Amino acid sequence: MNELRELYQELIIDHSKRPRNFHPLPDPEHRADGYNPLCGDKVTVYLNTEDGRVQDISFQGSGCAISTASASIMTETLKGRSRDEVAAIFKKFHRLLTQDETGTDSNTELGKLVVFSGVHEFPLRVKCASLPWHTMNAALERKSKTISTE
Amino acid sequence: MSSVQNMAVPARLKPPSSALDVNAVRGDFPLLRQRVHGRPLVYLDNAATSQKPQAVIEAMKRFYTEECSNVHRGVHELSERATRAYEAAREKVRAFINAREAREIIFVRGTTEAINLVAQSYGRTQVKAGDEILITAMEHHSNIVPWQILCQEKGACLRVAPINDAGELLLDEFEKLLTSRTRLVAATHVSNALGTINPVQQIVEKAHQRNVPVLLDGAQAAPHLRIDVQTLDCDFYTFSGHKTFGPTGIGVLYGKAQWLEAMPPYQGGGEMISSVTFEKTTYNVIPHKFEAGTPNIAGTIGLGVALDYLNQIGFERIVAYEHELLLYGTEALSQVPGLQLIGTAKEKAAILSFVLEGIHPHDVGTILDREGIAVRTGHHCAQPVMDRFGVSATSRASLVFYNTREEIDALVAGLHKVREVFGT
Repeated sequence: MNELRELYQELIIDHSKRPRNFHPLPDPEHRADGYNPLCGDKVTVYLNTEDGRVQDISFQGSGCAISTASASIMTETLKGRSRDEVAAIFKKFHRLLTQDETGTDSNTELGKLVVFSGVHEFPLRVKCASLPWHTMNAALERKSKTISTE
Repeated sequence: MSSVQNMAVPARLKPPSSALDVNAVRGDFPLLRQRVHGRPLVYLDNAATSQKPQAVIEAMKRFYTEECSNVHRGVHELSERATRAYEAAREKVRAFINAREAREIIFVRGTTEAINLVAQSYGRTQVKAGDEILITAMEHHSNIVPWQILCQEKGACLRVAPINDAGELLLDEFEKLLTSRTRLVAATHVSNALGTINPVQQIVEKAHQRNVPVLLDGAQAAPHLRIDVQTLDCDFYTFSGHKTFGPTGIGVLYGKAQWLEAMPPYQGGGEMISSVTFEKTTYNVIPHKFEAGTPNIAGTIGLGVALDYLNQIGFERIVAYEHELLLYGTEALSQVPGLQLIGTAKEKAAILSFVLEGIHPHDVGTILDREGIAVRTGHHCAQPVMDRFGVSATSRASLVFYNTREEIDALVAGLHKVREVFGT
């Protein structure tokens, strides 16, 4: 049960039930679709930039608690960030998902994203948490095709 | 015969109790003894693959340690033994589905390959532009995509017979879709995502009234039901070894001899020929015409032993036991708040597909896994079925004769834990 509580922390449950920035952006500057064929999770990320910074970001889609919460917290985290900052946070977040870094202080800049530290114990769920981020990355790079986790 | 003996016989030689002894049966499956995440394994993913009895594991081991040799090749002792064992398995499959002749049994990798074989071999010669293939709305991707590929190549059209909200085929609609252009009906015997048992006898009758041959996908039927292809009168029947307590990588295509003889080969190579020159090749007779290359010999022998095992338990017992389990499971799951069963056909195999309100099946699967409970979550390779019911995925508990009421109780307790984690 402890590992489960570690995975399904209250903040994750909260964001999965009440996702933030869960709507399309009208006429977005950037947009990409993500798809996980393993479980059928779908996410669309919308993004506008201004002076090289994320001015607005939102998402829509259907998925499990982990992917929905990851997308929701991602949109909160990235608003106002520069492209370089976005890339750096994604890199750190990805390391958090795939390695055991609990107890080290390298996570301090991740803020709320540290609630996903339990995911690494569940290898099959890493893709759930990373799908919104890969999709956001594709949107920023203006890749038009659907991003797949496979 | 004296009256004394007559009186004694019923007491002593009465056939064993007709009820299935589940504890004895479970003892035959070594994998079921293990613990997962510190809990006794509750394996409820049998529609994905079933576990293997010790006898099957031993038979395959024996082949590799004592008999390993190629079939239909050498004149030496080992090759003869391997060939005998291989062909004996073909005869066991013939008897298992009551085919008329052993040469009507083609060994393939699994149901998927069996359907692809028919789509490519029958389809290549019998289907033309403007023709139609008729399937149902509850097919597995493996009974959709091979026909889509064929239709695309030939300019033919794939038609889909609809189902109702319980997941039952609408026979009248099915009949309306049978036209003079229909070249083949391909329907599942039992739905993997819903558990529905299709009225296959009627499907075959209605199709045959219009001279349309029928392929039945028996992947989910063979582990649960007694199959008689002569009574069904279907033209093709397919099933997989690994869902029928046999090894992976072995499956069966049954085809009426008249069809198989008329069909061109699926793959070229050794074994499927009778003579080869650079100018002309003469094909071997059936079944060998469709078995190019060295077959899965160990797998075939293992499958034969799995069918022996099923016969030994007996389908009467299996059907009765699994029906009880299905009723118990349906009732138990219905008590879980917010749970909706997907697939409530009157005629069902022991498959329980469900969604929990507000909780994604993937999360359900992860939490159940930590309780030692293995269920399948996702679209079950049947995305059109998910679309029909307006869900992106379900959780599925698929039961067989070695599952118990206690395991269903464990599933229900696990689902309460899921709801606890999500605070619902």
